[in-house]
Amino acid sequence: MAFVQQSSPHAHKARPTSKVMLWVILAALPGLLAQTLFFGWGNLINVVWCIAIALASEAAVLKLRSKPIAFVLKDNTAAVTGLLLGLSMPQFAPWWVSAVAVISAIVIAKQLYGGLGSNPFNPAMVGYALVLISFPVAMTTNWAEPALLWEGAPSFGDTLAAIASGQQTAVDGWTMATPLDEYKHKIGSHTASEVLAHPTFGEGVARGWEWVNAAFLLGGLVLIGLRIITWHIPAAFLGALIVMSLAFGSNADQFAPLSLHLLAGGTMLGAFFIATDPVSAATSHQGKLIYGAGIGVLIYLIRSWGNYPDAVAFSVLLMNFAVPFIDHYTPPRTYGHHKPRRGFSGGGRS
Amino acid sequence: MTKLWDFNGGIHPAENKEISTGRSIQVAGIPAQLVLPLQQHLGAPAEPSVNVGDRVLKGQKIADVSHGKCVPVHAPTSGVIESIGDYPVPHPSGMADRCIVLKPDGKDEWCERFPISDYRSLERDQVLGIIHSAGIAGMGGAGFPTDIKLKPPRDRKVDTLILNGAECEPYITADDMTMRERADKVVAGLKIMAWILRPERCVIGIEDNKPEAAVALREAIQGTQIEIAVIPTKYPSGGEKQLIQILTGMEVPSGGIPADIGVICQNIGTAVAVAQAVFEGSPLISRVVTVTGEALERPGNFDVLLGTPMTYLLEQAGLQPDRVSRLVLGGPMMGYTLNTTAVPVIKTSNCIIAATASELPAPPPEQACIRCGQCAEVCPMELLPQQLFWHAKATEFEKAEHLNLFDCIECGACSYVCPSSIPLVQYYRYAKGEIRVQRAEQLKADRARERFEARQERLEREQQEKELRRKERAKAAAEAQAKKKAEAEKAADSGEAVDERAAKSALVEQALARKKASTEASTAKATATAEPELELPDLETLEKQFTQAQSKLESMQAMLEDAKAQQADNVDKLERAVAKNHDRVKRAEEALADARKTLAAQTEPQSIK
Repeated sequence: MAFVQQSSPHAHKARPTSKVMLWVILAALPGLLAQTLFFGWGNLINVVWCIAIALASEAAVLKLRSKPIAFVLKDNTAAVTGLLLGLSMPQFAPWWVSAVAVISAIVIAKQLYGGLGSNPFNPAMVGYALVLISFPVAMTTNWAEPALLWEGAPSFGDTLAAIASGQQTAVDGWTMATPLDEYKHKIGSHTASEVLAHPTFGEGVARGWEWVNAAFLLGGLVLIGLRIITWHIPAAFLGALIVMSLAFGSNADQFAPLSLHLLAGGTMLGAFFIATDPVSAATSHQGKLIYGAGIGVLIYLIRSWGNYPDAVAFSVLLMNFAVPFIDHYTPPRTYGHHKPRRGFSGGGRS
Repeated sequence: MTKLWDFNGGIHPAENKEISTGRSIQVAGIPAQLVLPLQQHLGAPAEPSVNVGDRVLKGQKIADVSHGKCVPVHAPTSGVIESIGDYPVPHPSGMADRCIVLKPDGKDEWCERFPISDYRSLERDQVLGIIHSAGIAGMGGAGFPTDIKLKPPRDRKVDTLILNGAECEPYITADDMTMRERADKVVAGLKIMAWILRPERCVIGIEDNKPEAAVALREAIQGTQIEIAVIPTKYPSGGEKQLIQILTGMEVPSGGIPADIGVICQNIGTAVAVAQAVFEGSPLISRVVTVTGEALERPGNFDVLLGTPMTYLLEQAGLQPDRVSRLVLGGPMMGYTLNTTAVPVIKTSNCIIAATASELPAPPPEQACIRCGQCAEVCPMELLPQQLFWHAKATEFEKAEHLNLFDCIECGACSYVCPSSIPLVQYYRYAKGEIRVQRAEQLKADRARERFEARQERLEREQQEKELRRKERAKAAAEAQAKKKAEAEKAADSGEAVDERAAKSALVEQALARKKASTEASTAKATATAEPELELPDLETLEKQFTQAQSKLESMQAMLEDAKAQQADNVDKLERAVAKNHDRVKRAEEALADARKTLAAQTEPQSIK
């Protein structure tokens, strides 16, 4: 009899990476649904397009690197990167802008650094930041006017044609400045009530956006409930944003109100789906709190005093830079030790 | 209610305990052959005290070592010693080791036993002696000699004695069934250990998935001070460090032992063995083993004679050879696979799993680490498994060590949850092994360097001495020449005719004389070194050497005592060192005696003179 020889443990009950990623995709669907309901077909088309490009470019690089293509593609991480970009892009972003974002995310930010697990920066945000800087017109003028899918939103065919046409700017009248953009650029010269009269804000906080953010919040809570992500990063992220807004932004005639910070723009998508990317985030609980809080603070700083109305991508990338540093200073205290052992070297034993 | 603490992380693997709890503990019977490894415990192997062909009785001591961290081995039944040699033993490497093979005669005839009903009338050391000579070593897994564990260093006051009935590993139910069916013996053994240690608190920790065991024990502890703590089921609550944390809230210091914080942990099976040793006078010759897995028709717990081959035991449990894919000795989390059923049951074997391929399937292929951090979430030691993995993989062992690699208890929780199916524990074992090898090599290199330096120093010293002697000789010769010259000059001054030829011949003669003198001197030197003419200084050095060796031996022995008392790992190493020093002292003594003798022989004629 030949028996299987294996090192312990012999029992395993892991949720494989592919399943984890699949859950992330499923948890993002309410948000995508809300986007589609309130902003038309654009995001859905972008998501499909971005995922397709993501899988294709990942497969191409894997082939170049002589890696098993099907085995790696099945981990669903490329699909998640595509999904996140599709959810983040303006609804009428031309097809090639999305393609550039996805290809740079997968090829440069992920595979050139060694593939899954080795990338220091969030691939989706690298792609997003790259096109935001490179194609500012396409990235700011293509946001859909909030309109219910069944009430006046451009049809699926029209939307697809607009994206496929490759025009830098979509049909006038279909698009509208985002609430954060509108507020940022008007608030200096107008009072808060004047600014808020703009149709982009609607009757609630930010027309459509509030539902999209609520849906991403819901999806995020599901991920926490399933223990796919921990509460630390989103809580610190949102907590820091709230604290910053309460500390500095009490005057609505100068700065966007807290409700707008939380429910407009990419806040919830960023807090639950982007900042929580484990590969590029800090690892310990303490580290995650610092990392999340750093993103929240940076978002507020950039939104209030910087040039960009939404700032999730830059904030996440800046904190990605800080991750090795945070990890360095936040190791847990091992059982039986008085103090955590900081640093990486063998010197300086505690 | 006992106050309980929690430990970091932990997992809830499928328990699969019901497979083996259906039947009461069965007696496995006497197999055709018993294979008894000489090392079934942590420490030095025992030495056989019987010869091939000897007939031994049940319970008779067949191997022992008088000194060091070692417990004796006893014959589990009466029979004849068939052979003494290397046989496969339970070990992750599948290695063979020295064993005594006993052919039972079926009579099961006991040797004389000395049961003690009132151990309290004895000295504590006497009871420890009984435990030692009963061959009891920790039956939970590590096999640490129980008598040594029950005798902590004098400066360590034991406040808490914990009996570990957590049994957190899936599948294993040996302790559970023992507590259910032999609760009285468990408590009796615990009472003996408590009497030896005199702790303030005595507590049995049981996971809440064993309610029957808790009920049985509650009944057995009536009228005692013993506490029963039912703890939440969470792997690895039965890890010594984790159980101590759960029951006391304290942590064992890194690199230390529980006694450092006044705690001693004992295993359920060990308590039963202690009770049997004292009240029945029976040594440790059998143990309860869980024989389980889906490839068995009649899984259950068996009371098995030590040395029983797994082949026999698995047959008793109805092994279906065509269904078994993996044999695990121990639990599914920390046990190791066997490559043969020929290995025997030993003192530390608590469970054997005959698993089918679907029961313990091979893990999926390893994927890239996504730094999800679930490993750190479940790590009961609060390590950074993911960073340890990176460093181990990159062979950056120094960094891994810096992140407390050696605090890893290899519980397997990290590998269990890893979504990328990375065999993390295997990486840690590899890193630990490499570091140990490096350390050993470093030690060897250091020793070699020290030896080399000592040799260089000695050679230099000898060279210097030689030089000194040469200079002295040269000086003496120069003086002699100067004297001669002076005499010659004196003669010339006195007006004697100076014959050039005569002067020349005088010079030649002088040179010849010098040459002769130097040859004589060197031969004298040679004889001096060959035949000790300088006995007096030599004797002194020898005496010095002897006293030095003696004092070294004494300090080594003191160190050994300390180490033994602290139950340190290096005990056997120290023992070897002491033995070596012992020899050295002996040699020095002999040399000294010899030197004295020769000296006496030489001084005698002198005194007559």
